[in-house]
Amino acid sequence: MRDYLIGFFLSVVLTAIPFWLVMNDVIADKGTTAVIIMVFAAVQVVVHMIYFLHMNGKAEGGWTLMAMLFTILLVVIVLVGSMWVMYHLNTNMMPVHQMPSFG
Amino acid sequence: MTSEPEHWTFLLGRLGPNAIPNEPIVWVTFAAVALGGVAVLGALTYFRLWGYLWKEWFTSVDHKKIGIMYMILGLIMFMRGFADAIMMRLQQVMAFGGSEGYLNSHHYDQIFTAHGVIMIFFAAMPFVTGIMNYVVPLQIGARDVSFPFLNNFSFWMTASGAVLVMISLFVGEFSPAGWLGYPPVSSFAYSPGVGVDYYIWALQIAGVGTTLSGINLVATIVKMRAPGMSWMKMPVFTWTSLCTNILIVATFPVLTAVLALLSLDRYVGTNFFTNDFGGSPMMYVNLIWIWGHPEVYILILPLFGVFSEVTSTFCGKRLFGYTSMVYATAAIMVLSYIVWLHHFFTMGAGASVNSFFGITTMIIAIPTGAKLFNWLFTMYRGRIRFELPMMWTVAFMLTFTVGGMTGVLLAVPPADFVLHNSLFLIAHFHNVIIGGVVFGTFAAINFWWPKAFGFRLDPFWGKVSFWCWTVGFWFAFMPLYVLGLMGVTRRMRVFDDPSLQIWFAIAGFGALLIAAGIGAMVLQYAVSIINRDKLRVDGDPWDARTLEWSTTSPPPEYNFAFTPVVHDLDAWAEMKKEGVQLPSEGFRPIHMPKNTGTGIILAGIATVCGFALIWHIWWLAAVSFVGMIGTAIFHTFNYNRDYHIPAETVAATEAERIRLAAAGA
Repeated sequence: MRDYLIGFFLSVVLTAIPFWLVMNDVIADKGTTAVIIMVFAAVQVVVHMIYFLHMNGKAEGGWTLMAMLFTILLVVIVLVGSMWVMYHLNTNMMPVHQMPSFG
Repeated sequence: MTSEPEHWTFLLGRLGPNAIPNEPIVWVTFAAVALGGVAVLGALTYFRLWGYLWKEWFTSVDHKKIGIMYMILGLIMFMRGFADAIMMRLQQVMAFGGSEGYLNSHHYDQIFTAHGVIMIFFAAMPFVTGIMNYVVPLQIGARDVSFPFLNNFSFWMTASGAVLVMISLFVGEFSPAGWLGYPPVSSFAYSPGVGVDYYIWALQIAGVGTTLSGINLVATIVKMRAPGMSWMKMPVFTWTSLCTNILIVATFPVLTAVLALLSLDRYVGTNFFTNDFGGSPMMYVNLIWIWGHPEVYILILPLFGVFSEVTSTFCGKRLFGYTSMVYATAAIMVLSYIVWLHHFFTMGAGASVNSFFGITTMIIAIPTGAKLFNWLFTMYRGRIRFELPMMWTVAFMLTFTVGGMTGVLLAVPPADFVLHNSLFLIAHFHNVIIGGVVFGTFAAINFWWPKAFGFRLDPFWGKVSFWCWTVGFWFAFMPLYVLGLMGVTRRMRVFDDPSLQIWFAIAGFGALLIAAGIGAMVLQYAVSIINRDKLRVDGDPWDARTLEWSTTSPPPEYNFAFTPVVHDLDAWAEMKKEGVQLPSEGFRPIHMPKNTGTGIILAGIATVCGFALIWHIWWLAAVSFVGMIGTAIFHTFNYNRDYHIPAETVAATEAERIRLAAAGA
């Protein structure tokens, strides 16, 4: 029960701050705001996994954590790899075949 | 009120008289298949085998029977895929000097697509899944997989995909867009027919089965190992199976997603992979190879495990470098995710991307090479028995090494700019897939057949098959290396340069030798089944080392009367050395899962749903989809799922085992 309350409290705080940033135009630059919100979102994901899904080094003999890390590794490889690859595909193309950039 | 043709369109979608292909070759094939099919169905009815098949096999949740069904599915589809190969060889050897050969271009395109799709998805995958299904639970001392019903369902979904591919031969057409269906060729604008839709739905349905069986086997290996079997006491085959199934679980969703996006492009006019409106066909190529490269390791890793088991068994010693073998497998598993771009070096990427993926590709050769040395060092000073499984293993080591080296050549981006899309590439991947996956499957069949059926395979016809296959392989594919180096591209239907013909003739001769090898293999099975009483064996005919050999051949449905306790790697070898006696009394009732027909029914409805989606018969698609969901929900209310094998039955079975062992059968 304690875990859920901590998780709930953290989630509220982590949601409220981005909300406040957007509503009150705290930061002038929209790009910076977007990046900050993304960071809060990532932290939020971790909070959910630890406090709601009980991710830790011990559950199921460490297997949930291992599976999680492996999943994150693969998703990062797929996303970063695809963006890098697609961004690069124009390098050796003749101008007539230029594709719209993905970068 | 709608007019007459619109009625038909509502009722049958695109299906109409035009669906029957206008090809005499297909008609003849259809006639032969129809006659053969009627004969088989008639025989099954005459000998009253339907009830037996339904009760003992189709609805079975026993991992051993499901494994055998996977192997049968794989063998049947392998024959179909091989028929396509022979047709291509014949076309290419004929189409010289102004001749068009005997296949028109549309038909030829479908044949090379069908060959690739069938061989990878419906021959190699069922082989690999079948072997893992049969062996893994026995090897870890378990009574079944974690989710026995799911296992049955997975098999039938795979079979359902295969059925759709076979239907496409006679109703409509198959995809002409190559085995990975690259857009824009596979887009609706360039392939408006049903071929690509058959491809998409066959793979989607079979993909459900593959993903679920991956989850099932991961759970089985993680949770159901016998007491004492810690990670580093797990047999190598189980290790490679674990890595393979993790790869399946992690990559097949990518295939599902990319095919779903392609279907959206084709069915509702989105523009993910079109040339216009911001779509990019190159994104498809990128995504499908993120699945596609791990896929080739999904195919080969379990066979690496098979070769490890065979080598240590037939050399009579522990595998050399077990730990390095495990780490090499895990390294390959992770590395296989960061090499996918080597399939499209020429698509326009710059030097930094190409060199990164070129180097990662070459790095994979290191753990693979380490494995080869481990097998060689296991053989070194071993008492090698050249039985058939060992012969296939040695053939694999020679063949696969050559294929691996041409792979490293192709991994060099500047070389790839010359060789990509050429017959050199075709020769390379047949070199590793036949030399690795196919030879490995044959090693596994010869190795575990006695376990599965209680009698050995006939060695004479096995050796005939072995020599026809290995010699035929070199004849069939070495000419393709030569042609590829000369610049001949893949998927060509006619040729102008008459000097090339001799190489195609040699390759065609090789294909005929392979055909003889397949024929000898079928004979080997037939002769062995006929002479089964002379070839009977006890539980451990090869003096093998892992737990599956500690039970009878064939194993009882509960596998082990008592869960074995493991103290060492090669648990059975250790038990034999210590002279451990298996218990002969004190048996208790064994709790087992009950057979269910839900798996085959669900997959049957899925086949109908796929067919309806392919032909745009929307009402049927909706009805069958709802039917699937309904059947699945209905199944959750089935509480009659398990039963106990009485202790007396177990005692009787085990007494028979002890009697046979004492008789030295």
